[in-house]
Amino acid sequence: MKLPGVGEFSWRDVATEARLLLIGIPVFLWTMIPIYHMFLFAISPKEDAFSGKLWPDHPTLHNFEIVFKQQHYFLRDFYAQFWNSLVIAAAVGVLTLVIATAAAFSISRLRVPGGRVVMNLALFTYFIPAAFLAVPMYRTMGNYGLLNNHWALILAMVTIASPYAIWVLKQASDKLPVELDEAAVMDGATTPQIFRLVYLPLMMPSLVAIGTYAVLLAWNEYLYAFLLLSNDRDITLPVALGNFLAADDSPWELLMTTGFIYALPPAAIYYAFRRYMVGGLTAGAVKS
Amino acid sequence: MAITLSASDVPSAPLSPRLTPAQVWGIVLLAPYLLVFLAFVVYPVCYGLWLARAPANYVALYNDPIFARAAVNTLIFLVIGINIKMLIALFLSGFFAQQRTWIKWLSVIFILPWAMPSIPTILSVRFMLNPEWGMVNHIIFNLTGADGPNWLNDPTVALTMAIAVHIWKSLPFWTLILITGRLAIPQDLFEASEVDGASWWQKFRYITWPSMQTLYITCTLLSMIWTLGDFNSVYLLTGGGPADLTHVLSTLGIRYLRLDQLSLAMASIVCAMPFVLPLVYFMMKRLSR
Repeated sequence: MKLPGVGEFSWRDVATEARLLLIGIPVFLWTMIPIYHMFLFAISPKEDAFSGKLWPDHPTLHNFEIVFKQQHYFLRDFYAQFWNSLVIAAAVGVLTLVIATAAAFSISRLRVPGGRVVMNLALFTYFIPAAFLAVPMYRTMGNYGLLNNHWALILAMVTIASPYAIWVLKQASDKLPVELDEAAVMDGATTPQIFRLVYLPLMMPSLVAIGTYAVLLAWNEYLYAFLLLSNDRDITLPVALGNFLAADDSPWELLMTTGFIYALPPAAIYYAFRRYMVGGLTAGAVKS
Repeated sequence: MAITLSASDVPSAPLSPRLTPAQVWGIVLLAPYLLVFLAFVVYPVCYGLWLARAPANYVALYNDPIFARAAVNTLIFLVIGINIKMLIALFLSGFFAQQRTWIKWLSVIFILPWAMPSIPTILSVRFMLNPEWGMVNHIIFNLTGADGPNWLNDPTVALTMAIAVHIWKSLPFWTLILITGRLAIPQDLFEASEVDGASWWQKFRYITWPSMQTLYITCTLLSMIWTLGDFNSVYLLTGGGPADLTHVLSTLGIRYLRLDQLSLAMASIVCAMPFVLPLVYFMMKRLSR
């Protein structure tokens, strides 16, 4: 294919560009409108938000001030809830990484007996629709006495994140040459040494992708959080946002402002680690 | 892969009286996941099945009009919604595979719905569709002078909107996967067809589609399984309403759970199993090859 040179003008290129724009503009609008609408509410005083204007007459950061100063009944526990979301997401990220890395190393590098069976069990879990597992999981957490405890949500999210994590990490492990391990054994390395000194450094990019995946999964989770936690000070931000809805006169501009604040970290994390995520995650999602 | 299979599946290995130190480490390192799996997958699933065992549950479900409606809605969601979504993803994967700077930038923005949490974005859509104060009806009024529809009050329209929200949220992920598949097609095939004067349809029909067919079908099936577990799109947009007419199986299960009818909740999920299990079996066969 020939690239059009500078200054070269052809009607064919213009027509192609126009056709692409005809797709590109609707795609842009489709993607951005709900996000823009959320942002619009966040910077609008209440009157403007409800007037359906595309840009407020008096844009303001007042809503953010109300949220950050917890000046509304619904926002009393904003910082506690933000902190809960943060701690739970971090714990899920760390635990998933530890459990999945150990399992992937064991299955792929140590060829542990029965490893393949465990891999298939993990895959099976990966395919259980999340909302279907939620019903018995809720009752199980009750039986374990973990309801309304952060551990319930952490363990539930680790259960959901691990299978995919093991799957992706095992795929990546299989690509590392066996000779590395053999050479290390020749040099007298023990298994923990191989794990720490050979395996972990080589797996870093995949570990970053999986850690990010688990953190985002836990941070964004609504259903399990809403089932497993209930006290105002124990819930995570998405559950608090869901509770706004229960009121008849929900302060929508504050709901959208809080939602906007809550949506920023995942978007930022995603863009920071995009390089790792796209390669690592799409490769694991569907092997063609 | 075949070598791995025979190495780990030799039946004598677990029976050998002495394990090597590496194998002992292997078992120790595998144990945490096994524990999680036993405690939070095996036990809940078995317990749930046990709760749902009484035939009376299924009679009750059969007689509950909300269940029948939810089953139909789920089918509409899966058959119509998923296919529309995957066709758009297939189409857009061709658009995003074009080498242009502005399209690269657009693809960076296009990912946002996938990266952002459901709750604020879906609630944002919910407010946009509010008949009195929502942005959509304001725009309709300004353009036509007439009142827009009450979007979430008619079950058919509300379900359509829930499907639209689902597509909004998950389209980026599938488009990304299909772009990966498209970029794997050797470029010289297209160049050769260009020389022969093939139309874009012929290029799609004879080059693109044959190389992407398997990936496309796998993605569609996987998306079906996951969509069954999509609680947010329906719950956050319509809450199952109006009059419980937009429930799908995942929101229905949670509805029974909230009404303290755990056996019914489990039974409604068990009803989906004849549909889910063949899909899961097929996917596992494909992925664990």
